Amino acid sequence: MELIWQGTVQAFWLILRGDPEVMRIMWLSLSVSGIATMLSLLLGIPIGTAIGLTRFPARSLMLSLVNTGMGLPPVVVGLFVSIFLWRSGPLGFLHLLYTPSAIVIAQFILAFPVVTGLTVAAMQQLDPRLRMQLQSLGASRSQVLWQLLREARLAMLAAVMGAFGSVISEIGASMMVGGNILGYTRVLTTATVLETAKGNFDVAIALSVILLSITFVINWALTAMQQRGAHR
Amino acid sequence: MTPEVLAVRDVTVTYGRRAVLQVGRLGVRSGEVLTIVGHNGAGKSTLLRVLALLEVPTRGTVSFAGAPVQYRPATLLALRRRMASVFQAPLLCDTTVFGNVALGLRFRGLPAREVERRVRPWLERFGIARMASRSARTLSGGEAQRTSLARAFVLEPDVLFLDEPFGALDPPTREGLLLDLASVLRESAVTTVFVTHDRSEALMLGDRVAVVMEGRVVQVDAPDRVFSAPATEEVARFVGADTIVPGVVRERRDELCVVAVGNGTIEVHSDALPGDSLLVCLRPEDVVIARASVPSASTSMRNALLGKIRRIIPLGVVVRVDIDAGFELRAFISKQSWHDLHLAEGEEVRASFKTTAVHVIRRHGAS
Repeated sequence: MELIWQGTVQAFWLILRGDPEVMRIMWLSLSVSGIATMLSLLLGIPIGTAIGLTRFPARSLMLSLVNTGMGLPPVVVGLFVSIFLWRSGPLGFLHLLYTPSAIVIAQFILAFPVVTGLTVAAMQQLDPRLRMQLQSLGASRSQVLWQLLREARLAMLAAVMGAFGSVISEIGASMMVGGNILGYTRVLTTATVLETAKGNFDVAIALSVILLSITFVINWALTAMQQRGAHR
Repeated sequence: MTPEVLAVRDVTVTYGRRAVLQVGRLGVRSGEVLTIVGHNGAGKSTLLRVLALLEVPTRGTVSFAGAPVQYRPATLLALRRRMASVFQAPLLCDTTVFGNVALGLRFRGLPAREVERRVRPWLERFGIARMASRSARTLSGGEAQRTSLARAFVLEPDVLFLDEPFGALDPPTREGLLLDLASVLRESAVTTVFVTHDRSEALMLGDRVAVVMEGRVVQVDAPDRVFSAPATEEVARFVGADTIVPGVVRERRDELCVVAVGNGTIEVHSDALPGDSLLVCLRPEDVVIARASVPSASTSMRNALLGKIRRIIPLGVVVRVDIDAGFELRAFISKQSWHDLHLAEGEEVRASFKTTAVHVIRRHGAS
């Protein structure tokens, strides 16, 4: 109990003091996971919309792949991204391994199926007749799509939360492709593991509290947005 | 003749191997309300979707203002922007009532001021102005359908499509909205295609009625023609001729034919010849019944058949009486006359009806 209390106090102290190392780690976590989430939204929403609204031969296979991808183990992603980015690997010439970009790539691969899968679900819960209704009111193809996305916006926010939540909290991939390099690729989760291993429980708890707080604040903001939409 | 805004020619729609619609020719005249009636699953809504360019027919052509429609995205969009549809489910978007009514105008890229100017009167017209800023999710079924109707009318379309717009509403709500719609349709004189399975809606709103049965248009006529002179046995049943019985023409007397039906003969207006087979159709509300023991007083009723009451079924304001007159003859009488006559099942009665109340259908292939 004592340990947890000390850790919590330490956490607030670190945050209030604006400890430069902690701030850098926090900022890196936020930006890496934020960019990965953005990229997954950019690609996942159109693909999820397409799978959700159209019928094509390989559709159910594709949907199964996406759903499997939603539960992709971060270490497996870390392993394959490492192999690809390895100096002698197919993308080794990019020299990305052990850089923040490598973490973004790995986290993008983790978040993309989450966004795609939740977008498919969001599109499928819409009344299928709504599309025809919009067409009959003179909506062009892009206007129909835009309106349908608007209709599904509450469920789409769940996709944002799900994707961000899954990448900000993962560790396996960040560790393997980022390397936990101090001041460069160390993020909140990898730092927590390191501090725990070193026996610095107070710092580890402080980092965990920060991680939880970030996740909470972001989800709180998104939920507030979602619920305001729901009760309008 | 009034020009046709829309027309279909030799249109077939097949789902898999099943043909759900086969229409040789059907046109929608400028300014008319064409009601499409038929049972559920008859193909009415499919026909509406084909006319509204929301479904591509498997074969055949649809013409708009005389020109065959090319199914290309740009052409379809341009033509659809001259139409508007309301379906059985209001299918509102998750925004305010105003936002929903404004939807089509915004799709057309109208400036906000213009949208506001055009939406307001229609909110008033359908009695939803006071809920303009309410979320569409909080509306009752009737309010939602009013919003959906306003959303279509505000577009001032060349053709308006209404697909069972009252199908999901409770009777009092439906009646209120039906009256409002009838007056709006009269005032705006917009060309309308109205799909319904309800006979009274078809009678009340339609300038012409097209009856669809099993994917085919079996009759297109003025409402009273369809109701008084149905083209086939199925149409006769659909429009409420509950008594349909085969008969054979015995002789001709001037304008009238004497037809043997059941145990007796009746006189009907027809140009059929002796020996011809006919179907005799009679609406239950055109039949008057009296006790068999009471001598017939009415002179205008040339037809009288004796029979025994098989069943009496009270149906709210009217009472249905099924009579065995050698065939099943159905009559509707008022609750009052049911009490006054003290009718009971098994009793002998005389069923009378005018020669003009009888509609005959010539049987094909008969001698």
